[in-house]
Amino acid sequence: MNFDFSDDQKALRNQSRRFLETACSMQRLRRILDNNEATYDRELWKSIAEQGWLGACIREEHGGLGLSHLELCVLSEELGRVLAPIPFASTVYLFAEALMLAGSEDQKLSYLPRIARGDLIGAVAGDDWIGSIIPLAQNRRTSFDNVGVTAQDCRLNGIKSAVIDGGIADAGIVLAREQDLLSLFIVNLNAKGVARKKVRTLDPTRDCAQWQFGEVLAERLGRPGQGSKILETVFDKAAVLIAFEQLGGADRCLEMAGLYAADRYAFGKPIGSFQAIKHKLVDVFVKNELARANCYFGAWALNTNAIQLPIAASAARVAASDAFWHASKENIQTHGGIGYTWESDCHLFYRRACLLSTAIASPEIWKERLVSHLEYQAEE
Amino acid sequence: MDFEDSEDEANYRAVVRTWLEANVPNDANGKHRRGVEGSESLRSARSWQARKASAGYACIHWPREWGGPAGTPIQSVIFHQEESKFVTPPNPFHIGLNMSVPTVLAFSDQKTRERFGFSAMNGDEIWCQLFSEPSGGSDLAAARTRVRKTQDGTGDWIINGQKVWTSFAHIADFGLILCRSNTDAPKHNGLTMFWVDLRSQGVEVRPIHEMNGSSTFNEVFFTDVRISDNQRLGPVDGGWKVAVQTLMNERLQSDSSGADWIDVLKMARRLPSIYGKSALQNPAVRQQLAQWYIQSEGLKHTRNRVITALSRGHTPGPENSIMKLVRASQMQDLSHAAIEIMGRFGVVDEAGGPEERSLFQDSLMWAPGLRIAGGTDEILRNIIAERVLRLPRDASHDKS
Repeated sequence: MNFDFSDDQKALRNQSRRFLETACSMQRLRRILDNNEATYDRELWKSIAEQGWLGACIREEHGGLGLSHLELCVLSEELGRVLAPIPFASTVYLFAEALMLAGSEDQKLSYLPRIARGDLIGAVAGDDWIGSIIPLAQNRRTSFDNVGVTAQDCRLNGIKSAVIDGGIADAGIVLAREQDLLSLFIVNLNAKGVARKKVRTLDPTRDCAQWQFGEVLAERLGRPGQGSKILETVFDKAAVLIAFEQLGGADRCLEMAGLYAADRYAFGKPIGSFQAIKHKLVDVFVKNELARANCYFGAWALNTNAIQLPIAASAARVAASDAFWHASKENIQTHGGIGYTWESDCHLFYRRACLLSTAIASPEIWKERLVSHLEYQAEE
Repeated sequence: MDFEDSEDEANYRAVVRTWLEANVPNDANGKHRRGVEGSESLRSARSWQARKASAGYACIHWPREWGGPAGTPIQSVIFHQEESKFVTPPNPFHIGLNMSVPTVLAFSDQKTRERFGFSAMNGDEIWCQLFSEPSGGSDLAAARTRVRKTQDGTGDWIINGQKVWTSFAHIADFGLILCRSNTDAPKHNGLTMFWVDLRSQGVEVRPIHEMNGSSTFNEVFFTDVRISDNQRLGPVDGGWKVAVQTLMNERLQSDSSGADWIDVLKMARRLPSIYGKSALQNPAVRQQLAQWYIQSEGLKHTRNRVITALSRGHTPGPENSIMKLVRASQMQDLSHAAIEIMGRFGVVDEAGGPEERSLFQDSLMWAPGLRIAGGTDEILRNIIAERVLRLPRDASHDKS
């Protein structure tokens, strides 16, 4: 049995944690929070590009480090701990993964080295068709109508609303209706005919925008009609990686709450000595540990491209979404009144928990995906 | 990251598997049974234990000085994984061999070790653990069973009092017993640990009729039971430390019995619901199934993480502590939901009906016991809070 990260991967974790403690402190995060114009931490983006994080899983011939997805999981967890205000998930888990999965060699050579260098931010707009991740859904075709962009002769028209990191992305991958098919296209977001509008969200430390396309010339990704199939796999992979971010955030919430509960006195003793607080925080710990175990299985399935990936990814996503939400709300509660202030960092985790659990379709939909697969598996 | 054995582990597993195929008795019955019913099943249990002991597969990680084969913890895990794939006789030895006997052996001289180590390992003698009392189950240090030194110059001790919730006491030969030796000292400083022969005069064992109808626990009464001073384990009034060490011997939980998510899924697929489709089409049932699956998988992979630590020669981290806390409540909720899915047929306790019904009913009726036995949910939360999360101890009113 070897169900853990290796010593090298653990060393990478320690090293990246130390780096992010200063490079992505809460003070730096607050500069994004408190400045309406700021959209992401450019300095942090530049320095993680220099360390190769953006190309961790990109093959060496495409300008990356060619590491495994396990190393990427380690980085994701650390970025999640510090709520890194950068478009890492959009660019690395979604855009780059979709290109590596479905792009032509020319497309890979054109985009991947720029991603690895930190010169290109990517975003993916495709979860408006929620049916795409549920394999046995009978309403696959009826939910076509939700897809807000149409394509004809590689020209896009229509709207994608609330695309995370959509305002700062240079290129986008767009799911579009092409007659009775769903296909993917790569769009240069600075091209003629693209109109972008900033969208405010509950989490101001991450960018979000609406994309409006008017006769925008786009580049095809994958074959016509392959859109939902490709996205299904991309979302599975991203679900595992985002789950690690959520796990990192959840752990940090538990640490914050534990430290505060040990320091804060009421009725003559630390509030952490009261069972009402102890038992609450143990429930947080339990959810975090269950999420961690499911995340690790997701990491294994992601790294080995196992046939269990859809089940493993769904389980990791649901468990980690639940853990982060629960940890972030009980962290505020443990802090009491001070936790409800703008100055306290608690709400930043609460906000991020909501952003991450609703990105790439919400847990309710992933639960359905999970049970559909379990049902199918039990029939065999 | 993978689920593969190392080379040594794979070799060991292959050897174990071959041995099991050749040695598991054909007459084995009662896989995953908690109790031992009848002399026949006890005889087969003893004979299986002796066969394992003679091959070095009993108490695998006991050191040589205890008469053990001095294997590694991971070998012990591998043997139990492989053994659980077979139908084997019931195991009334595990509480003794995992908790009581290691304490006896650790706190006694070589002569006593030789007297008890092998016979316990061989299944000749069964040990129980006499800790809980009517006055305190969670609060073990509140023990009132009194032990007094005789004044006749023999140095012997006399025990009076009552223990409760003692598994296997009705078939046990010996027990580890925590007694109150000093009523003037603060409660943790007035306890002494002994081993006691349950066949001594003045010992009476009464099975408890439990809420699910079975009797796996006992009350044990001590009336002027005389024991010698060389049955004492650790110093006089120093029994609390010995008890804490015994409780640390907790083994890796690997009990996979009881209803799980897959049982609900299989049943819900067949049964109709109010929607006129199968109950499995009910979105509420599906959402719950997803939660139970995540819990079960979470526990399974947490166990894999623990085994990995053992495999690498490390001490497992605190993750193991959540096992029973999660499983007991999950089993309770899941079996209750399953019974509600079956409607009024869910409570019918007759032959026939959905094939999983008795499994859900057994789990439903055992779950309240599992949430209490071996540390209640509340005590486990206190332990995790203090030992894992390092939260400050609650101010006790009973400590010096």
